[in-house]
Amino acid sequence: MGLEKLLGDNIITTSVNSVAKWARKNALWPMPFGTACCAIEMMATLSGRFDMARFGAEVIRFSPRQADLMIVSGRISIKMMPVLLKIYEQMPEPKWVISMGACASSGGVFDTYTLVQGVDQFLPVHCYIPGCPPRPESLLDALMKIQEIIDEEDSDEEAGEKRENPGIETEEETEESVSAEQGAAEPSGS
Amino acid sequence: MPEMGTSLTPEQITERLSKQFGDELSVHLPPGKSAAQVAIVSRESLEDTLSFLQSEAGLEFDFLVDVTAVDYLHFDEPSIQERFAAVYQLYSTIHNHRFTLKTPVPEDDAWVPSAVELWGSALWAERETHDMYGIRFKGNPDMRRLLMPEDFPGFPLRKDYPLRGRGERDAFPQYLDSGPISGGAGKEGGGE
Amino acid sequence: MSEERKAPGLPAEAAEQSPPEALGPELLRKGLAADPDYRGEHPEPRFFITDEAEDDFGGKTMTLNLGPQHPATHGTLRVVLKVRGEKIVAADTEIGFLHTGFEKLSEHMSYQQWVTVTDRMNYMSAMNNNVGYAIACEELLGVEVPRRAQVIRVILSEFSRLADHIVCNGLAGMDVGAFSLMFWAFERREKVYDLMEAVTGTRLTTSYTRIGGVFRDVPTDFDSMVKDLVTEFRRFLKEMRSMTIGNRIFEDRMRGVGIISSADAVNWGLTGPILRASGIAYDVRKARPYSGYERYDFEVPTQDGGDSYSRFVQRLEECDQSLDIISQAIEDLPEGPVLSEDKKISLPEKDEVHQNIESLIHHFKQIMFGHGILPERGREVYSCTESPNGELGFYMVSDGEMNSYKTRVRPPSIFHFAVLPKLIEGLMISDAVAVLATLNVIAGELDR
Repeated sequence: MGLEKLLGDNIITTSVNSVAKWARKNALWPMPFGTACCAIEMMATLSGRFDMARFGAEVIRFSPRQADLMIVSGRISIKMMPVLLKIYEQMPEPKWVISMGACASSGGVFDTYTLVQGVDQFLPVHCYIPGCPPRPESLLDALMKIQEIIDEEDSDEEAGEKRENPGIETEEETEESVSAEQGAAEPSGS
Repeated sequence: MPEMGTSLTPEQITERLSKQFGDELSVHLPPGKSAAQVAIVSRESLEDTLSFLQSEAGLEFDFLVDVTAVDYLHFDEPSIQERFAAVYQLYSTIHNHRFTLKTPVPEDDAWVPSAVELWGSALWAERETHDMYGIRFKGNPDMRRLLMPEDFPGFPLRKDYPLRGRGERDAFPQYLDSGPISGGAGKEGGGE
Repeated sequence: MSEERKAPGLPAEAAEQSPPEALGPELLRKGLAADPDYRGEHPEPRFFITDEAEDDFGGKTMTLNLGPQHPATHGTLRVVLKVRGEKIVAADTEIGFLHTGFEKLSEHMSYQQWVTVTDRMNYMSAMNNNVGYAIACEELLGVEVPRRAQVIRVILSEFSRLADHIVCNGLAGMDVGAFSLMFWAFERREKVYDLMEAVTGTRLTTSYTRIGGVFRDVPTDFDSMVKDLVTEFRRFLKEMRSMTIGNRIFEDRMRGVGIISSADAVNWGLTGPILRASGIAYDVRKARPYSGYERYDFEVPTQDGGDSYSRFVQRLEECDQSLDIISQAIEDLPEGPVLSEDKKISLPEKDEVHQNIESLIHHFKQIMFGHGILPERGREVYSCTESPNGELGFYMVSDGEMNSYKTRVRPPSIFHFAVLPKLIEGLMISDAVAVLATLNVIAGELDR
């Protein structure tokens, strides 16, 4: 492009959006909302062997005001859910949620009177990690998927929409799924 | 330091108890080999029995291991005629012997005298038994619910309370300034 | 006492109610919920924060919430403090944020299935819970466990105990400022995970024991793995000692903080390292030996202080004893089956099931609903084992069905947490954190 020729070799031009995305995904500050056994695996992920610091997510903040990634690890009971919601509300935008483990994703083994059967009944979740407890590598994989999600957001507006409906991946897929719902003749691939 | 030589078997303990309390106490031997005898006392004589077990030389149960209850609604146990039975597990660190004590508790008038004067560990153990079964412990200074939320309707471990609850887990109040949170793939207040 | 109110309304109705200001003081404004027959003669007066204290912001006291989400509470515990400056005037606690209904689940799951649930109680040392539950079931059914399985159980429980103690000490160090301890402890815990993974298949939630033995045999290099790990741990314990014992700052933080006298410890039902740090030498492995512990030569150390420092040192000494037990046990490992031969309670091998009609029948009779492992009707048992936290008891009542009629778990943590308000009165907030760290309250076990 003409502008770069004028500026020379030491300057790269890009969009503000790209820089913002690059900064956000490489410096995610997790807020570990650890309740039960998954919290121990999360602590193991943060420790020396499976170092989460290599992904930029070293600064764990227990204060929601300073964090942008909430990792819900462990079973959430009906007594704990209002606390979780309050903390989620206190986190500033943009924020992402990882639901770690079977209990946070769907209630897990415990289909009882006191356990919320999945935090996605009350929170928008961006990445679910199956496992009981999931291995630390799975948590790192989820972190990388969140980084991919951040990469795919085209603008802040769309990012806001996607946060409301985290299931939507790209526009093409949306059209496919819409036509599948409308009962198109040919069966959809997925 | 427990002295190994002075520990008594449950049969010997029930013998000492029968000598002291006579008719107020009945003894039940659960089935199975090497089962330990269990003493059953009425709730009127529970306080005396417990303080006797704590203070009597040779018994000296200084450690209350656990207080819990059993709901015999679906199980016809002949030794317990009422719906509930409060169960006390006792241990003596001095003599290294254990003992189990039961008290029948009727459903309509479910109260038992509290053991909190004798052992401090009864404070929370009774609180949890109250939370789970609804049995009132008379004389306990703290009868708030322990594990369930304060306004939870019902007593979970009773046999007529279903495992999945009665809808409390989908419809609890969420304390937010902006109201209940919506969005995501969630369903609010829906079924399972 | 059947107050069956209707469930609170749907979220739409809840939105119309005005929400309370905060989750903290609202609960305690409900005040003292003592039984109406409370005669007020309880020896330890309990303090409950009332309305007048709430408005007293201008001068003297303040209410602070060490809420269920806090870096210093190990797990979902809540401590509400009334402080004057930095000093705690009174405290109250709330638990139940992790209550899952394990005991209710046991009435719907079969005996074999519930072992997976026991892992999730004290998740720092899952093997001890598995062993405790298996021993309770074996007492209920009157089953003998083969010796090889007993020794394997002992070795793995002791490693689990090591993992729990070093992480508790590591987190205690982190809470008072020695951050490195936590990372070092987690690295050694990873080594225990390697062993667990080789033997059981998973790192944390092992579910390794079955009624009558263990799930499967150990790998062929078990012997060398165990011996290497023992050497590694002996070196690490020396490191941990050199970091903390004699360290002026550490001792100043931990000495004299949260003292529990021996009489109090017995009266309040404390067990495990806390009881032994207050001077009472009660260890279930010596008092009521199980799984072959009577064959090993180990001591029960005690301390005199009863404060946080004593509890820290007590855990280190118990780690030493655990290493001694493991060294003896690994020499003692006999050949033989790892699961009881009684076909009514132990599942046959899968290839037998596919080829042999008898094994198929046994498999059917244990798994299918309506059959299963059936203890005698009316049999009840209270069995306890020494978990790293203390005496973990299982009180089980059977009505002859394949599900337990009642399983009560006696968790040590609940009695330890009950004394916290009493312990931290008069201390500073940071001391309260140190006390809580050494009490090793595991929320999974506390709330079940």
